[in-house]
Amino acid sequence: MKAIHGLAMFSVLSVWAAALQAQDANIVRIDGSSTVYPVTEAVAEEFQNANSGKIKVTVGISGTGGGFKKFTRGEIDIADASRPISEKEMEEARKNGIEYIELPIAFDALTVMVNPQNTWVDHLTVEELKKIWEPAAQGKITSWNQVRSTFPDAPLTLFGAGADSGTFDYFTEAIVGKAKSSRGDFTASEDDNVLVQGISQDKNALGFFGYAYYVENQDKLKAVPIDAGKGPVAPSEQTVLDATYYPLSRPIFIYINVKALERTEVQQFVDFYLKNVSTLAKEVKYVPLPADTYQKCVERVGSRQTGTAFGGHSETGVHIDELFRRELKN
Amino acid sequence: MTSLTTIIRRSRLRDQMFIIVGVLATLLGMITLLALLLDLSRDGFGRLHWGFLTSFPSRHPEKAGILSAWVGTLCVMVVTASTAVPLGVAAGIYLEEYARRSWFTEIIEINIANLAGVPSIIYGLMALGLFVYQFNLGHSIQTAGLTLAILILPIIIVATREALRAIPQEIREAAYAQGATRWQTVWFHLLPYSMGGIATGVIIALSRAIGETAPLITIGALTYIAFLPPSPVHPESPYNSMSWLRSEFTVLPIQMFNWVSRPQKEFHLNAAATGLVLLVVTLSLNAVAIVLRYRIRRRIKW
Repeated sequence: MKAIHGLAMFSVLSVWAAALQAQDANIVRIDGSSTVYPVTEAVAEEFQNANSGKIKVTVGISGTGGGFKKFTRGEIDIADASRPISEKEMEEARKNGIEYIELPIAFDALTVMVNPQNTWVDHLTVEELKKIWEPAAQGKITSWNQVRSTFPDAPLTLFGAGADSGTFDYFTEAIVGKAKSSRGDFTASEDDNVLVQGISQDKNALGFFGYAYYVENQDKLKAVPIDAGKGPVAPSEQTVLDATYYPLSRPIFIYINVKALERTEVQQFVDFYLKNVSTLAKEVKYVPLPADTYQKCVERVGSRQTGTAFGGHSETGVHIDELFRRELKN
Repeated sequence: MTSLTTIIRRSRLRDQMFIIVGVLATLLGMITLLALLLDLSRDGFGRLHWGFLTSFPSRHPEKAGILSAWVGTLCVMVVTASTAVPLGVAAGIYLEEYARRSWFTEIIEINIANLAGVPSIIYGLMALGLFVYQFNLGHSIQTAGLTLAILILPIIIVATREALRAIPQEIREAAYAQGATRWQTVWFHLLPYSMGGIATGVIIALSRAIGETAPLITIGALTYIAFLPPSPVHPESPYNSMSWLRSEFTVLPIQMFNWVSRPQKEFHLNAAATGLVLLVVTLSLNAVAIVLRYRIRRRIKW
């Protein structure tokens, strides 16, 4: 009894005594988007295998916003982001003297999905999607034949990404024209597997989510080709790469703290990332960027070109090469 | 006029009806738990082998394991238990045996009751502001342990008080009559007698803490971490080290949550296996609580 008592007291004191801030410098710290996470996790795993665990890497999933919060405070070395840094976050970074390098690392294609038993949809135009998803559609567009008159008079049940996700932001921006502007009467979930389940069980369902979830569930879902004025294009590695799958393909990013890059382990990790992300992204069902883009990334890191190509605003359908022609803003 | 036999028959009927309701209520709980276990076993059992417990997370579902997660959970629980138990029991003893009834203790009591009902994410937010940024404890095992300790403190305090209250007043009076001080009464009589109840409360509280995800994500628990905290024992002097407290970590529920939300079905099997591990740990904790209570109660007679 006494021993337990003593042990307990000792532990309590130790806990409080350990209240010193001393962080292991040999760790590369990454946090941010859960969309980018599978890619970064794959790179981190291979990196640690390659140097037999001498350099440690940690990856969290606080979401793009949460990741940038930590990044602009200087708590992490690299931020995973499924959208470009926002104006507010840039302001925060400037205030804290954080400079960063923005690197696109892969494509994610938002995929519009219907049930395999849906025989009538062969493609949808961007206008039709807008008609379905814009805020004015709430409670009004409830039947398939309201979308296109040749469609049957069947109820339209909608599934979509939750309002806190970068996926939702991007989809609404690309389709409705304004980020976060959408009807509210649809089944929303942050967990894309819930959406997969929902659409695969409802003949009249329509929904959207990340490409990787479609690839894994092709037997349960049907992807809808999107027509943005140049004829319907189905999502695939090819159409994403040559930018014909428009406007729903988007680049995903990592942001690197320039000061952290002075540490050899961070530099090594970034080098490793850019060298291997192409194969690893494919493995986790993302579409890699064209090979010369990774070369441009390497150059950007080498010459320490800081800032964002977006100026603090999200935009849709930007060609990946365009990101390297623009002037970077800090 | 109802005859006596009708009254008796009616009462018997009510008695029978309650038994049926009672059995149904019990079964409902049992069936839910069984269904959960079966469902998780069906998906996850195939993945449960030694390698699963000794591997780090990986992008290959069949190679991925929960080593960093279960070690993280263990470390956090050690900190939680060694903080929450002494604090909670001490507070319980004070409130039950020492404190005089006053508006002050009244307020404390209301607060404790309310704290038990606060959503766990609120504790996470408080811990982020206080432990991480104010005290600079980092996104570490110690922060997580302290956060969960505060989360379960009310449960332990309430359990301690209930256990003390169950001890007959005569025991205290007998001790005082022998000239024992209040502390001696508490230490040599009340605490040993109430140990069963306190231990049960502690273990139930810990089984709640072990499944918490939200507050730990808030304070910055990681998802991918392929190394373990530094070992608490060292081959050279001073032979032990507390640096594991500052280490980054992940825990079982977070690992499970991450796998559930992955597109590949194989990861969902991993998640089920993780759930199974978590459930087995929780159930064995509860079993320990039952055994402890039984053994301690058997020793005590008054």
